Amino acid sequence: MHLSPDEIVFWQHGFLKLNATIVFTWGLMLLLTLGAWLITRRLSTGLERSRWQNFLEILVTGIGTQIEGIGLHQPKKYLGFLGTLFLFIAVANLCTIFPGYEPPTASLSTTAALALCVLVAVPLYGIEDRGLGGYLKSYLEPTPLMLPFNLISEMSRTLALAVRLFGNMMSGAMILAILLTITPFFFPIAMTALGLLTGMVQAYIFSILAAVYIAAAAGTEKPATTTHSDPETGGEPTALPRT
Amino acid sequence: MLIDWFTVGAQALNFLILVWLLRRFLYRPVLSAIDARETRIAAELADADAKRTEAQRDRDELQHKLSELDRQRASLLERATGEAKAEGQRILEQARKAAQDASTRSEEALRREAQNLSQALRRRTQQEVFAIAKKTLVDLASVDLEERMVRVFTQRLGEMDETAKRRLAAALETASEPALVRSAFDLTEQQRADIEKALGETLSAEIELSFVTKPEVVTGIELAAGGQKLAWSVADYLSSLEKGVDELLTGTPANQGAGPEPKDEPASR
Repeated sequence: MHLSPDEIVFWQHGFLKLNATIVFTWGLMLLLTLGAWLITRRLSTGLERSRWQNFLEILVTGIGTQIEGIGLHQPKKYLGFLGTLFLFIAVANLCTIFPGYEPPTASLSTTAALALCVLVAVPLYGIEDRGLGGYLKSYLEPTPLMLPFNLISEMSRTLALAVRLFGNMMSGAMILAILLTITPFFFPIAMTALGLLTGMVQAYIFSILAAVYIAAAAGTEKPATTTHSDPETGGEPTALPRT
Repeated sequence: MLIDWFTVGAQALNFLILVWLLRRFLYRPVLSAIDARETRIAAELADADAKRTEAQRDRDELQHKLSELDRQRASLLERATGEAKAEGQRILEQARKAAQDASTRSEEALRREAQNLSQALRRRTQQEVFAIAKKTLVDLASVDLEERMVRVFTQRLGEMDETAKRRLAAALETASEPALVRSAFDLTEQQRADIEKALGETLSAEIELSFVTKPEVVTGIELAAGGQKLAWSVADYLSSLEKGVDELLTGTPANQGAGPEPKDEPASR
């Protein structure tokens, strides 16, 4: 019984190691890239197009619409980062239906890595849009007295992102494992289905929150509404599938 | 410890690689395909719009031409109708005129024929009447009548006006032959002498006369000398009457020709 796929280590050499998290991540990367390449190598620009191309177009434009809905008016600029976040988490969570698969998102290392990426990306996008001074000034708003709280908020929301995803995924896998020992056969199937839903919701929440943070930093939205309310808004849907 | 920092770093790196990979293989191609399609659709729409505008223009032009044609046809039809009507009117008028002419002509011909007929009738009647009168007079002519005629003749000579007298005198003087007195019957010596005497009194000269009997004179006496003629004869009255009747028949007003003074005398014998 593993709490995290990190614990399954295939190869280790001192500091370097190859655990299940990394291996499954590679597998997912391969799957995503290969699938995207297979479909996009023969893209049609005409009115006739394949079902897979239609699917990808719906996916990409859907993500773009979501990003735009957050308040980022140039979705193409953020599509690479936010879209990949969503796709990676969603695919990682959906693949739990395969037996023997350990979702990398059930590892706190992975979620922490993703949260750190968001932590770094937010100021980068903020500085790109508003300039260094403009971005740093946003920490002094509405008054300089708020600077420590803004900094704490920045840290806490990163932590929240990481822990929320990890908690949900880990608990899903754990509940499934426990239920398998208690009530085999049908009940775990229902729980697996519920786990798939949870996985999708988490992927959505993670990427939407990242988009909200970026939007707040980029200044296209009022910072007051987003920067300070994020952990709460993100926390609510997570509670639902678990109970 | 739940967090393995090496794994965190590796996963962050993995994630960044994945971002790059998906950007390279997913977002860029899909977005460019969508953009290309949108451009193409926009171009096609613009093209369709241009074509529609062109079609609209063509349609408008055709509509305009059609209405123009309609208008022309209507005006042509109207003109043709007008011309046909006018032509019909003209032909009708011509026919009416021709009919009127023909009717006038036939009327005229009829009238002329009637006139000719009536004229011929009149002439015939006239001729018959005069022939009868002449025959009657010839039948009635006798010595007594001759005598009376001689008296009337001599009376006439006496009643002649001055210009007539002078003219007759001049004619008698210039004449190479003796003046000729013609009568229907032989005149007696006494009658001849009366005439000579009356002539001499009238002209105050001795006139030599020669007497001839000519039945064409009908009933009367005639004195001819050097182109001048003095006569009294029923034929004169008859011709005068004939002239008057002619005038009456042809419709010319004969107010003065109808009444020479000796009209009654021959009729009353």
